[in-house]
Amino acid sequence: MQDTTIVNNTFDFGTITTPVNDWLNSFMPQWLTTTVECVAVGVGLLLVYALLALFYIYFERKVCAFFQCRLGPNRVGPWGLLQSFADMFKILIKELIELRHIDKFLFALAPYLVIIASMLCFACLPWGNGLQIIDFNIGIFFLIACSSIGVLGILLAGWSSNNKFTLIGALRSGAQMVSYELSIGLCIVTMVCLAGTMSITGIVEAQTDTWFIFKGHIAALIAFIIYMIAGTAETNRGPFDLPEAESELTAGYHTEYSGIHFGFFYLAEYLNLFIVSGVATLLFFGGWMPLHISGWDGFNMVMDYIPTPIWFIGKAVALSFIIIWFKWTFPRLRIDQLLSLEWKYLLPINLFNLVLMVALITLGLTL
Amino acid sequence: MISLAIFGIENIGVLAITALVTGVALVALAMWIAGMISPRSFNPQKGEAYECGIPTRGESMSQFHVGYYLFAILFLMFDIETVFLLPWAVNFITPDSSGVLGVAVFFVILVLGLAYAWKKGALEWK
Repeated sequence: MQDTTIVNNTFDFGTITTPVNDWLNSFMPQWLTTTVECVAVGVGLLLVYALLALFYIYFERKVCAFFQCRLGPNRVGPWGLLQSFADMFKILIKELIELRHIDKFLFALAPYLVIIASMLCFACLPWGNGLQIIDFNIGIFFLIACSSIGVLGILLAGWSSNNKFTLIGALRSGAQMVSYELSIGLCIVTMVCLAGTMSITGIVEAQTDTWFIFKGHIAALIAFIIYMIAGTAETNRGPFDLPEAESELTAGYHTEYSGIHFGFFYLAEYLNLFIVSGVATLLFFGGWMPLHISGWDGFNMVMDYIPTPIWFIGKAVALSFIIIWFKWTFPRLRIDQLLSLEWKYLLPINLFNLVLMVALITLGLTL
Repeated sequence: MISLAIFGIENIGVLAITALVTGVALVALAMWIAGMISPRSFNPQKGEAYECGIPTRGESMSQFHVGYYLFAILFLMFDIETVFLLPWAVNFITPDSSGVLGVAVFFVILVLGLAYAWKKGALEWK
């Protein structure tokens, strides 16, 4: 343990929000101020959510294209930057087909659940110093709880469509997501041991000196690798995309959805990719915390000048790149291989890793 | 100093509900816009189940593999474990090691549970 704590000089967004709050309070009653602020937060969330999803769709298409020695989208706007905007408008003007064989209520409910789950997780992420929306003492636990709602939406979507492809797709997706949620949960427990707090701000603050991936060295590295594998499976991507394996199940659980209804699942999928990378950033790479090396005060000062949201989004996008990379590196798994990977390899390793982490901390071997 | 909760709103429930309402608003708004600008045309064939163009044969709500249930039950066991471990993980660094020992017993029982399920063949996909 180092005695010298590095002073964190990053820009605190509280210096913007607190005066705004005071100014609003000066001529409004308390409840109205809170309402106005909540609307502002909601609009901000909506904008960031939508823009990030559009960016991710573009980003993935470009990365996939470069992996396959193609150019990717390059006609709409400079370097195809406006491609995903064009796609969004196209998907909005597609017909919503009325089906006769579905459970109408559940069919309409499923996209709400999927979007709500990802929106709640999205609001938990630490965007910057003082720029965090849902933040309380059991923040990371709240995040796990919210992310599990998404499975429910997917199961409902597949079941209510009343179609064989969707049913099998939803069941596969459900089995996969609940199984890999265990690994994610255990990785989070491992890192919470190191942090000593479940508050998201607390976890970020605990990484001021060194990021957890360096602090917890071996155990943190194992947890990180397991987290990335489980995160890929959790978002139904890469080698784990068998719920929507197009060659066997057409599109999996959202086969019967058309137009913008399908768009919601698409949106949530990309946002979940960001959320998984964001949580990995939070747990292993210090959230919005700049790279600090203890002793190098000048270097730390320079790093602090880079705005904190750029640190957070930069790290999250870099991790998403790795997840996209997986997709083009590994062949798709079979359902039995998928489940045995989780239950016979990742889970025992994870349990062992938790013991290792506890041993490291108890013996004081962390950096 | 790291500031907490945006705008100094101390009631987290309000913010959680804001995020929830934002999610609902996103879906409702997009559905409303799509409802206004998307075309509508009726054709009895469009309402059929999509099974690559051929008519549906038999029940769509067909039987499925029992393995999905088994894994769901196993999941419940280990997910509750995570719930129990989290509060312990927050404050296991205490001067006396009773917390570590107490959880060690719980942990061993769970590992034995996994070993038992493995031996019984619950983890095989047949």
